[in-house]
Amino acid sequence: MQPDPTQAAPEAMLSVRGLKKVYQTDGGDVEAVRNLTFDLRAGELACLVGPSGSGKTTLLKCISGLMAPTEGEVLLSGKRVSGPPKKMAVVFQEYGRSLFPWMRVRDNVELPLKNQGVPRAERDRLVDEALEAVGLSHVPRSYPWQLSGGMQQRVAIARAIAYQPEVLLMDEPFAAVDAQTRADLEDLIRTVWKKLGITILFVTHDIDESVYLGERVIILSSSPTVIQEDIAIDLPEERDQLETRSLPRFTELRHHVYEQIQLAKKGDRPAAAGTPSAGPTPAAASGADVA
Amino acid sequence: MSSKTLASGAAAPSVERQHRQVRKMPTKQLLGLAGILGFLLTWELIPRLGLVDPNYLPPASEVIAALIVDFGLTAFWVAVGETMKAWFLGLLMAVAAAVVLGFIIGSSNFLRKATNSTIEFLRPIPSVALIPLAVLMFGVKIESSLLLIVYAAFWQVLIQVLYGVADVDMVANNTARTYGLGRMARIRYVVFPTTLPYLMTGVRLAAAVALVLAITAELVIGSPGLGREIALAQSGGAISGMYALVLATGLIGVLINMLMRFIEKKTLSWHTSVRSEVFV
Amino acid sequence: MKTLKNLGYLLGLPVILILIWWAATLETENFFVPTPASLVETFAEVWFGERIFTDVLPSIGRLAVGVLVAIVIGVVGGVLIGSVRWLRALLEPTLEFFRAIPPPVLVPVLMLLMGITDTMKVVVIISGCIWPVLLNTIEGVRAVDPVLSDSAHTYGVDGWARVRYLVLPSASPQIMAGVRQSMSLGLILMVISEMFASSSGLGFAIVQFQRSFSIPEMWSGIVVLGLLGVGMSFIFQWAERNILRWYHGQKEVENAA
Repeated sequence: MQPDPTQAAPEAMLSVRGLKKVYQTDGGDVEAVRNLTFDLRAGELACLVGPSGSGKTTLLKCISGLMAPTEGEVLLSGKRVSGPPKKMAVVFQEYGRSLFPWMRVRDNVELPLKNQGVPRAERDRLVDEALEAVGLSHVPRSYPWQLSGGMQQRVAIARAIAYQPEVLLMDEPFAAVDAQTRADLEDLIRTVWKKLGITILFVTHDIDESVYLGERVIILSSSPTVIQEDIAIDLPEERDQLETRSLPRFTELRHHVYEQIQLAKKGDRPAAAGTPSAGPTPAAASGADVA
Repeated sequence: MSSKTLASGAAAPSVERQHRQVRKMPTKQLLGLAGILGFLLTWELIPRLGLVDPNYLPPASEVIAALIVDFGLTAFWVAVGETMKAWFLGLLMAVAAAVVLGFIIGSSNFLRKATNSTIEFLRPIPSVALIPLAVLMFGVKIESSLLLIVYAAFWQVLIQVLYGVADVDMVANNTARTYGLGRMARIRYVVFPTTLPYLMTGVRLAAAVALVLAITAELVIGSPGLGREIALAQSGGAISGMYALVLATGLIGVLINMLMRFIEKKTLSWHTSVRSEVFV
Repeated sequence: MKTLKNLGYLLGLPVILILIWWAATLETENFFVPTPASLVETFAEVWFGERIFTDVLPSIGRLAVGVLVAIVIGVVGGVLIGSVRWLRALLEPTLEFFRAIPPPVLVPVLMLLMGITDTMKVVVIISGCIWPVLLNTIEGVRAVDPVLSDSAHTYGVDGWARVRYLVLPSASPQIMAGVRQSMSLGLILMVISEMFASSSGLGFAIVQFQRSFSIPEMWSGIVVLGLLGVGMSFIFQWAERNILRWYHGQKEVENAA
């Protein structure tokens, strides 16, 4: 039974409908993602968290149009995604391999705009603003490999911002930077999100990070992947590394997500799995369950 | 370069990629075979359709027939033997000299700096510039071939050995010293294993260069071997025979490449990462 | 003080070698080896005159044209073949075979097909120099980092822009390694095409000197070829430093870590 594309909520910016991905290999087919359905409203910051090997990267590749799903579809503002869409930008985990090492920082940020034919003055303004936003106005002439890992990831974020996407996908972007830098970058993402009002889907394997960052956390099961749970994060709008993380509510949510992931690892699947007609769990309702 | 690709991020896609390659393997080889057949067919057709005078470019079938006839001739194998003898002796002498000098120069900072300008000046001198000298000194004897081969192959190996020894300095020598290894032990357990992959790269490059120079010497000077046979066939109007010999040199080139890769793999099987060439 | 020391390192050994040469030729008259002084004298006599225009410059011209055309064809073909999976599988074994043929055997073959002309000599250089560049480019294009490729793709960097900003720079270290091999091959092919089949050019002149036992003149010709090799090596190093500055910088950072 296929979910009807018309089921997508009309206000959904990003809509994933009955997505399934099967890899064909010599040893038979490997089902990486079984059945995923969820919507992201415009301006939402959602975190996608799951145990390692839960097909997070596969899912992201399907959403970004880099890989075609076996079944189901991805809709961006109601339009089916068949290749990388113009309104979407992706930040990868491997910052060292996603920036062009032969271009200086500024050229890296500028390239997508240049390629789109954005006029020079406009381009300069966007690049300046983006570098300013990530706190890198002082290094435009450096090469990426001359910078620390955290700064390289900032360049990648600046490139994404300058591109003016409506949806920003981030694939475990901070998994490879040190803890202190990571905290700074998390706050940077919150700031950018609030300032620009874009829709962000943030994939991570870090439970703390997902709860701290997101307005909503989507928990994936282990492979073949379905949605384990979809909860709203009712933490205050203003987040602070010390204040927010010491709130009792933060601990509760974190505890809950942790339990769900442990369940997912054991192979415990939600009742709704495999029956797409159940549709996405209303975020607010499942959030209330926890409380 | 390759180490970067190895550290692939996501598990699923890289698994997919590996499997796809495994599955495509037979297809890939079939395509390669089809490419060779397609090339031979084109070659067959060009003279047959009169695009090129068949007197100057005989069809592939004739050339291959001539090559098969060659395979039955003692004279052919004698020529192959002469070429291979010059190749092997030249390569051996070049490698021996380059290894000894490379280790001596490489292990001393002073020598490395003092010889740098001389090496950088002598290395780019084309060994074919020595052809007249070789003719004057040795005539058409094998020594002529050896002079050219040794000169050309020597630099390939020397440069790689120097890189290898320099690499040791940075990595392991100090570690070994802190554990109290003596000079000989350091060379045996640290310097030599670290340098070996570089040395093998150098030998592989030198092996290819040595074949080029062996053929060149035979062709231009007339020292015995396949190159001379090619020149003789050409001037004697045995055109199919000449093309057959050209094919034979190509086959020898392929065999030498395969042999060198095989030796490299065998010698370095203990090595965690078979190194990629240094681009310099 | 520091520059003086560096100058010592630079010139020390060459000066010692020349002194040994000078001392060795001082006592006995060696038929094969001229004295340094007579070599310098002959060099000026032989090459600073008409010969520059009749032999040296035409040779260099053919060499430059041949190598450049080979590089262009090699890079363009390599990008094309390297980007199309089935094309690569189809052609690679055949191309590897062509690379394995020692290029000097092309001289008699092309002499037969084209006659002894300037074009023939240029074609010899092109058809010998093309393989290292072509096969290295294919390899470099194939090895483009998948994450970088995905990044470019998500930002809509496709088609020609992909080649210009992603594929070519990414393959440039391998391409340059191929170019280096091609340049030394080109010089070899230039010399032997002239030695084998010519009535002018550097290679021809040197063989003439040798046949007429003009030993100092022959040596001066060898020196010209040596200087040409060194000159090409300088040009290459200059180009490489500029094109691959990012690559060497990145390697340095990686090694330091």
